[in-house]
Amino acid sequence: MERLDLSRLSVRELNQYLHHELPKNGVDEVEIVNPSGLHSIAAGLTVPVKIRVLGHAGYFLAGMNQRADVTVHGNVGWSVAENMMSGSVRVKGFASECAGASAHGGLLVVQGSASSRCGISMKGVDIVIGEDVGHMSAFMAQAGHLVVCGNAGASLGDSLYEAVLYVRGKIHSLGADAREEPMMEDDYRKVDELLRKAGIDYSSREFKRVASARSLYHWNAEAGQEY
Amino acid sequence: MNGKRTALEESALYNRHVLHYIHRAAEHGLYDIRGLGAKRAVPSFDDLVFLTASLSRYPLEGYREKCVTKTVLGTRFAKKPIELDIPITIAGMSFGALSANVKEALGRAASAMGTSTTTGDGGMTQEERSSSKTLVYQCLPSRYGFNPDDLRKADAIEVVVGQGAKPGGGGMLLGLKISERVAQMRTLPQGIDQRSACRHPDWVGPDDLTIKIAELREITDWQVPIYIKFGATRVRDDVKLAVKAGADVVVIDGMQGGTAATQQVFIEHAGIPTLPALRLAVEALDEMNVRGQVQLIISGGIRTGADVAKALAMGADAVSIGQSAMMALGCNSETYSKDGQQFDVSQEYEKLGTAPGFCHHCHTGLCPVGVTTQLPDLEQRLQPEWGARRLKNYLKTLNMELTTLARACGKSNVHHLEREDLVALTVEAAAMAKIPLAGTNWIPGESRT
Repeated sequence: MERLDLSRLSVRELNQYLHHELPKNGVDEVEIVNPSGLHSIAAGLTVPVKIRVLGHAGYFLAGMNQRADVTVHGNVGWSVAENMMSGSVRVKGFASECAGASAHGGLLVVQGSASSRCGISMKGVDIVIGEDVGHMSAFMAQAGHLVVCGNAGASLGDSLYEAVLYVRGKIHSLGADAREEPMMEDDYRKVDELLRKAGIDYSSREFKRVASARSLYHWNAEAGQEY
Repeated sequence: MNGKRTALEESALYNRHVLHYIHRAAEHGLYDIRGLGAKRAVPSFDDLVFLTASLSRYPLEGYREKCVTKTVLGTRFAKKPIELDIPITIAGMSFGALSANVKEALGRAASAMGTSTTTGDGGMTQEERSSSKTLVYQCLPSRYGFNPDDLRKADAIEVVVGQGAKPGGGGMLLGLKISERVAQMRTLPQGIDQRSACRHPDWVGPDDLTIKIAELREITDWQVPIYIKFGATRVRDDVKLAVKAGADVVVIDGMQGGTAATQQVFIEHAGIPTLPALRLAVEALDEMNVRGQVQLIISGGIRTGADVAKALAMGADAVSIGQSAMMALGCNSETYSKDGQQFDVSQEYEKLGTAPGFCHHCHTGLCPVGVTTQLPDLEQRLQPEWGARRLKNYLKTLNMELTTLARACGKSNVHHLEREDLVALTVEAAAMAKIPLAGTNWIPGESRT
């Protein structure tokens, strides 16, 4: 296990080490201390390393992550795990806006709440939020799953494509083209699987399913669309 | 009336074009979508001319003396700035809007001429990466197909805030162009009418952009230049914010810039022409004292070597071409060429409700000459080798025209062209470009000393 101190290293030095030295030296666990809200910590990782960040991080933590498992013992700023391809990012605290934005794969877990536009434009990632999500979450979400264990803010799933959303609490309102649908056995299995992976203990039976009504998939004046 | 018609008087306000628009809107309840750029006449580089050498300036010998065209972009922060042989680059156009064959042709021609080409909304295809010596990878609001592996393969990154044809708007790609491959690259269902976002999903505003750029630099180890591209609206403010956000290169796309598909109301009624946009951008860089440190690329209606020369004289470091590159590949031509034979496609234009020379139906995916299509039989009408040869010839011509004008102005380097080499032919162009009206020292809006 290697301990890296961001009060002594710059983020640039840290990331250069994680990108170039780490894959060579066989270290499979890294602890990052004194993150102090800095941005782009552990961005662009490509190796299957376990990273613990002890404290609060700023924007773009683990941005574009590939294969690494990153855990933050604190809160994170905007766009945690944006465009993640694989691996996992776990936030023990809360996440600010755009958590998991446009992420293609992997697992993002936020034990607390995530602010607005969580899962915006998501493209295959699985996201589990332990508490609430803010407004416009899963906006234009294309693929993957968003599990919200608390409440969802206004306009959930606006302009959804093929991503599927599961919400345990109240939904303030649904966005354009998003609709509530009956939970099927596959849905219960999926929610159970994601809750288990997230380490969060709820029953899938408490969740509602939201998916695209697909009425905006084709441009049609008769449908009263507002494109 | 005794069978006689009264004299026909067309309304200037409600002319046939406007009537057609109103009737169509009344029938369908939807706005028009189309491709390419603004068709209205606006002040342009055509309204400027060069004061080439005579007695007061010495020209260089046109056929013997060297005129340097080498262009370096991204010298501010990147470890590996881009070095191009000519100051004419190929603009971002998506695989999806264009066929894979066309993307390959663009890459081959650009590589042969020592310049760069650019990806587009939808990601990087293997064909364009392998055919492009220098490839700029766009980071767009939709992030379709955007991934870190391709990011690291890029020679530069262009963060697209907007484009001249639709500043403030997102793109549209109608269902016929969402083929199986395009859908897979964009993680979308095949055949849907695809919308692209107008804002980035993970940042909002210039302060966030500063942090976003830093993230992209972290992921790419500060190696490659980062461009910021936007459509020309509030150019002075936007250039300053882009520079403050950390851009190596600023790309301004004037309202004549093209698109694969967007609302006509955007194309004709949003943004400012390329001419004033360029002048405002140069002024902004001057005011920040970063000319030469941050490079400027201008696009939007660059068609000739004269346009390139005038853009450079006004202060651009390079230009970018999109529509004219497509036209070099045969866009709006009556025929396509295959195996040395010409095939007339006038009737196919007619089926689209248009004609060669007037077509802007890129959005339909039914391009008769195979440029803006995903249909296999149409795509085969443009073979990469043939297209690359055409575009290479066109780029070569532009470059020769550029150096011809530069030599005639006495410049041994095209980047030495200057505003003092230009005069304006119209009051409007003089005001927008802040270039004196020909035969006077008058620049409208500027007080005389």
